[in-house]
Amino acid sequence: MIDNQIIATVLVHLFTALLQLAFWRKTVTQRILSIAGTLTGFLFAANLFTKVYTGSILTMNASNWEAPFGIVFVADMLSATMVLLTSIAALAVSIFSATGVGRARMLYGYFPIFHFLVMGLNGAFLTGDIFNLYVWFEVVIIASFVLLTLGGRKAQLEGAVKYMAMNILASTFFLTGVGLLYGITGSLNMADLALKIPEVENQSIVNLTAMFFLIGFGIKSAVFPLYFWLPSSYHTPPSAVAATFGGLLTKVGIYALFRVFTLVFTPDEFMKTLFIVMGILTILTGAFGAIIKNNIRRLFSYLIVCHIGFIIGGLGLYTKVALLGAVFYLIHDMIVKTNLFLIAGLIRQLRGTMNMEKLGGLYAHYPKISLLIAVVLFSLAGIPPLSGFWPKIYLIEAGFSANNYAFVLSVIIGSFITLYVIARLWSEVFWKNDPAEEIVTDSFKPLKPFKKMLLVLPIGILAATTLYTGLNAEIIIQVADRISTEMLDTTPYIQAVLGN
Amino acid sequence: MELLLVMLIGVLYAAGVYFILRRSMVRLLLGIMLLGNGTNILIFLLGNITKGKPPIIDADLKVFADIYADPIPQALILTAIVISFGLTSFAIVLLKRVYALIGSDDLDDLNTPEEEDI
Repeated sequence: MIDNQIIATVLVHLFTALLQLAFWRKTVTQRILSIAGTLTGFLFAANLFTKVYTGSILTMNASNWEAPFGIVFVADMLSATMVLLTSIAALAVSIFSATGVGRARMLYGYFPIFHFLVMGLNGAFLTGDIFNLYVWFEVVIIASFVLLTLGGRKAQLEGAVKYMAMNILASTFFLTGVGLLYGITGSLNMADLALKIPEVENQSIVNLTAMFFLIGFGIKSAVFPLYFWLPSSYHTPPSAVAATFGGLLTKVGIYALFRVFTLVFTPDEFMKTLFIVMGILTILTGAFGAIIKNNIRRLFSYLIVCHIGFIIGGLGLYTKVALLGAVFYLIHDMIVKTNLFLIAGLIRQLRGTMNMEKLGGLYAHYPKISLLIAVVLFSLAGIPPLSGFWPKIYLIEAGFSANNYAFVLSVIIGSFITLYVIARLWSEVFWKNDPAEEIVTDSFKPLKPFKKMLLVLPIGILAATTLYTGLNAEIIIQVADRISTEMLDTTPYIQAVLGN
Repeated sequence: MELLLVMLIGVLYAAGVYFILRRSMVRLLLGIMLLGNGTNILIFLLGNITKGKPPIIDADLKVFADIYADPIPQALILTAIVISFGLTSFAIVLLKRVYALIGSDDLDDLNTPEEEDI
């Protein structure tokens, strides 16, 4: 079904950014515009999600060029869900940024760049053309370069060099893959590619091309041998930026892996094994990396890596239950990871440091905020009724039914270490006695109540979303079930794009 | 012509990878640029390079009967060149700032230890 409204979320963020450029150096106006923009974006995304959930896959042909020739935008269940989650996370981050980001950064265009970044993410989720996906990726990474370096502290620039090098390299690999794909099939439309790839005589060159995509997206989504740039750059920018990166940027790589390896290429046995091995090693290295870190944000960066392994492993098992679990985990992860970095930012406001050795006694000073944070941490660790628990059940069940005990074991080890790390964080930051009562720099207490609300409200919004995901798991499972069905049977997608 | 381009692509990729593996930041940047150019030529090569065969169809034909120069790869390369121009110029400014701040071109000097974090 053709519906031109599906790119509304992209346009909302584009116009918000342009409008903010018109109000250059007027930070109050930019803050209001940013919150209004992300709120409008959220409403459009919710509208799109309801339309796709109650109806069918929606498409839009750019400039009315018919499908295999022009650029097509497609909103299937996976895209619509990702757009909705992105808009929730963006709303929370923009509210948090209003007080959580320094005025100096705002003067140099923090908000417009943030909206360009979200625009790029929405575009990447909605496009049905593989070269267009590359272009959206570039929109995202160039915006992320600016956000990462804005402020120009030494640590930030050091992280940015690694981040920049690896991401440009990933884009080059991705572009090489696109070029090869066009060379063998003569098409760039993903639905058209899905039909043409099985007809290629020389399947080994198809597999070679798939490898280029795997490396390109693998770097972006930080899977095992390719993730080292992530823990060495995500702890450097302001927490609002780190929240956008941690919650959304690696997930766009995961989305692309899901899209390309379920629609365009169908993984063979070798590919599946490769995904599972990569998943297991990502879980283990990420988890063990998290144990030794003392800085909260470095610890969270390793947890991002660890939990990406769950999703990649689920994709590798490639059964319906496994994909369902992986998609559910993705839904849970995007919201929780964004929230974790916002929490790190709040702790920095409360105590002026993010080093666990220098922190302590937060529960005694701020019991209500601590309880709010506890909900998020429990859900990350996967305590039963909360959202981290359900997808792991599906992943473990899928591992058992595929007789893949190594994956089951690593999921259990990964969850266990996450629990340990979270427990250590809780006791160090919240329960331990305050180690240095007199030199504490609390920049939270002198704030006006309204500004305090702006810092705590986004964490509350995301925590409420997490609670909803956990307590209404049957609704999320229905969504994830439809997504995994669409992944395994791509005929509806192809029909929606190409007609019959 | 095609063989020549294939060799050129190979040289660009090999040189790019070699430069990326060095510790110097400037060489890292050069390596990335060479890899990007190699990719652009690869895409150009995959679009049936022929001379004097524009992709214009005869009035009485429905599909192309003969080999023709595919215009799409050129459009793709043009987009990719513009993007890589933007990325490269950003990268150059970033590396210049890093050099001004740290006074070193060595990637190994880019590790602020965890103790100095905020």
